[in-house]
Amino acid sequence: MNIPQDLRYTESHEWIRKEADGSITVGITDHAQEALGDIVFLELPSVGKTFNAGDACAVVESVKAASDIYAPLSGEVIANNDAAVSAPESVNSDAYGSWLFKMKPADISKVDALLTADAYAKTIGA
Amino acid sequence: MADTNSYSSDLKTTPLNELHEQLGAKMVPFAGYSMPVQYPKGVKTEHLHTRSSAGLFDVSHMGQVIVEGPNAASELEQLIPLDLEALAVGSQSYGLFTNDQGGIIDDLIIARWQQNTFFIVINAACKYKDIEHLRAHISESTITELTDRALLALQGPKAANVMQSICPQALQLKFMEFGEFTVQGESMFISRSGYTGEDGFEISVPAQLARSFAEHILSFDEVEPIGLGARDSLRLESGLCLYGQDMNDQTNVIEASLAWSIHKNRRANGSKAGNFLGADAIFAAQESGVSKKRVGLSVESKTPVRSGTLLVDANSQEIGEVTSGGFSPSLEKPIAMGYVSSDFAKVGTEIFALVRNKLIPVTIAKTPFVTQNYYRG
Repeated sequence: MNIPQDLRYTESHEWIRKEADGSITVGITDHAQEALGDIVFLELPSVGKTFNAGDACAVVESVKAASDIYAPLSGEVIANNDAAVSAPESVNSDAYGSWLFKMKPADISKVDALLTADAYAKTIGA
Repeated sequence: MADTNSYSSDLKTTPLNELHEQLGAKMVPFAGYSMPVQYPKGVKTEHLHTRSSAGLFDVSHMGQVIVEGPNAASELEQLIPLDLEALAVGSQSYGLFTNDQGGIIDDLIIARWQQNTFFIVINAACKYKDIEHLRAHISESTITELTDRALLALQGPKAANVMQSICPQALQLKFMEFGEFTVQGESMFISRSGYTGEDGFEISVPAQLARSFAEHILSFDEVEPIGLGARDSLRLESGLCLYGQDMNDQTNVIEASLAWSIHKNRRANGSKAGNFLGADAIFAAQESGVSKKRVGLSVESKTPVRSGTLLVDANSQEIGEVTSGGFSPSLEKPIAMGYVSSDFAKVGTEIFALVRNKLIPVTIAKTPFVTQNYYRG
């Protein structure tokens, strides 16, 4: 199972990358894409929308089911990935390259409280 | 996303359970059985493989029942609105167990194996109630559930090529024909049918032979194992309904748009009209019309429209509900079926599905969504 060391994770299977400019990039893990199966549709949050940590803010639909994606931190959406929307299967083939959205968190220091790669590996029994 | 790995240990297994696990299947609980929802290639690839080549499905969870006796045809006709007396030996038909309100207890395939012997395949989740229902209404014929047989479906345009090597005599069957054949010295019941819309066969195999037989079929390059996920998308593309989801014991046969499954001789104006459970309620519904109808739904958006989604008109008034919906790998777009108020049931009518508070345009569509490729000789 591919769980890059330089990312943070949530128990709900989002990955989070801290960017140099104080924003975060969010996607779903390799484990998540594999569990979902063939992804056919993404609904991503609009730029400018704000969410609290844990809010459902995006939807990933596979041939099997729709799954909510949760905001890992409180903050404002500053970008979403149009390329992934037009090619949802890219999330299956490259879960860590095909990001979903970027946020400007209200408190960037909270990233460090998210799961490390090792802690996430434990939660999925990897 | 939420975790979906809940598992119950008191599930039943089919004779192919170990093979599924060896093939890397993702197993899920379905109708009390642990069943493969997909193999490593995934639902979409499995679906497209079945449409272009051949797929092997384990449907051993389904019930296999023999009803036998000199009056079996007429006894069964009280429960199933088919003309079983006229059904030729070696033929089979799709049919329904109706209840006395005109609702549907289950849908089924019934084959006339011999003059006085019928072979019925019923849904896994319904088999106990179906057998109870048969026992409650049938007094003269014997009813035997075959619990020592597996059921495999070999489906797709190359299914016949594979059958040529396994049991060439079975190629004499045309769509909806049935026969008993000897393969590897064992008795197999083979019918030319399935639930994918493709040419193919359903094969009832003695349980102890199931694994080696399945492995033999899978050894052909044309064949891949296919899970329940693709079985569901294949049947939806073919416009076939799923009992418990698209209709149930509360659904009048006319509402379910299954009037075609009532043999013409058993219809209100037929030569042996009525005399089955719920005939009055079904004929009355046909005469006076029904308030809702099952229809196909073409989704005019990339957003999948799932079971349980509300359907609304242009004024956002609720007019129905989706009962099956998902992504069609063949058409590369979402498709669905569901019930709408009869005023909106005409093909071409434009309505909306309410998905996460957004209005998704949907058009009432003809089914099947994908052309059926049955072998009619």
